Amino acid sequence: MSYLTLSITLIFVVIPLLLSKTLNLGLGRDMIVATLRSIVQLLAVGYVLKFVFDSESLIYIFLMVTLMIVAATHNAQKKGAAIQGITSKVAVTLVSVEVLTQGILLGFNITPATAQYIIPISGMVIGNSMVLSILFLNRFTSEIESHQDETELILSLGGTPKQAIHTQLINSIKASMIPTIESQKTVGLVQLPGMMSGQIIAGADPIQAVQFQLLIMFLLLTTAAVTSVMLGFLSYPTLFNQRMQLMEKDLN
Amino acid sequence: MSVNYKPAVHFNHVDFSFGKTPILKGITGSFPEGKITTLVGPSGAGKTTLLKLCNGLLSPQSGEVYIKDRPIEDYEPVELRRLVGIALQSAPMVGGTVYKNLCLPLELQGKSLSKAEAEELLHDVGLEVELLERKVKDLSGGQRQKVSIARTLVNKPAVLLLDEITSSLDRTSLKEIEELIVKINRKYGTTIIWITHNLQQALEIGDFTWVMMDGEVVETGESDLLNDPANDQVRRFVRGEAE
Repeated sequence: MSYLTLSITLIFVVIPLLLSKTLNLGLGRDMIVATLRSIVQLLAVGYVLKFVFDSESLIYIFLMVTLMIVAATHNAQKKGAAIQGITSKVAVTLVSVEVLTQGILLGFNITPATAQYIIPISGMVIGNSMVLSILFLNRFTSEIESHQDETELILSLGGTPKQAIHTQLINSIKASMIPTIESQKTVGLVQLPGMMSGQIIAGADPIQAVQFQLLIMFLLLTTAAVTSVMLGFLSYPTLFNQRMQLMEKDLN
Repeated sequence: MSVNYKPAVHFNHVDFSFGKTPILKGITGSFPEGKITTLVGPSGAGKTTLLKLCNGLLSPQSGEVYIKDRPIEDYEPVELRRLVGIALQSAPMVGGTVYKNLCLPLELQGKSLSKAEAEELLHDVGLEVELLERKVKDLSGGQRQKVSIARTLVNKPAVLLLDEITSSLDRTSLKEIEELIVKINRKYGTTIIWITHNLQQALEIGDFTWVMMDGEVVETGESDLLNDPANDQVRRFVRGEAE
């Protein structure tokens, strides 16, 4: 695709801008910022990827993945600011998910150990893990707040912090995983996943594109489960002190 | 007031604050073992906070709390909370049936409560055994409060803390709960510490009373002190002028 052709696609940005202006949605500024950011970020990443692929150096792959984890951690931790040490907990979770998934992929020779595979797959895994972290933390903090009576009840009956927070923890883990599971149920029927569509448009064999897409979907299922469970079990102990008291905090 | 009685709970110069806001200031005094002591005072006096200090849901910033002559820190939190039970005004429940709620205290210890034991508990608190399989959301206010008390009794607490448990009940339910608490006190020798806004209730049910205002205990003694308080502030409160 030429840059001239690409510029014509800005029509797809103009349509929502016009709608926003006509209906006074107040989203115009946000959409312009989002468009400009996506252009700059994606073009920059395109050139960076080209450089990394050409160099074939493991150090650059490592740096790229580290950058992704740092950016994703920074974004996700905002939703759990009330949880003590949330930044390190999110970072540990993202690193663990990345190590686990790449360990299996490379360990079983499912994908080659090249930048062309490691970086895009890591991007999908880390990005998904970040969204899961945000969904989980959002739900978990609101569950704690709305079920404070129940938590205190179980503590007052001689329950441990883990018992007191169990229902809220499980509810939050389930709620954060539902979008991943539901989207997988309808994949292929309602929507063709972006990566698969991209491969097909670029001329790849549809069956091979489907195989890769299945790989990614299975990966994302693991990512979702490990992220929610790990973040949950790392987070809940910090809500209590050594005397098994619920720490009074503003969770908003 | 406690000179002649062994204290079940004793406070020694206890201070507590939330952030920089002082809630309790220099609380000293005892709750006699096997007796019913009511805590009265205007809203925001620190009564609920004091109750939560008794079973370790909160810890004081300074001063000591003793349960049966042992400093509260010497108890494992889980052991302490089984020894000192609490029933709250909102009577919070876990979802599901009455039976599920009655099972909860033992389930937390990895044990189980038989249906027969649960029925006996319901009988003890004056509820029909048919309620066992009823969903808690279908209970009346009075029934809910009785289930909450029955659930607390599963742990056989030596001290029972009650936080305004009758404030939202109709007169019949209120009388039933009062009779139930007196029965528990007499039958098991349970020490009762009862927060109430109902001064008539404090006079009729309580052996002793603590009057709290603005984080301090301003007067203590046998409950009939409420008929003729020595303290001016308490007199105004009793007359309904200081709420």
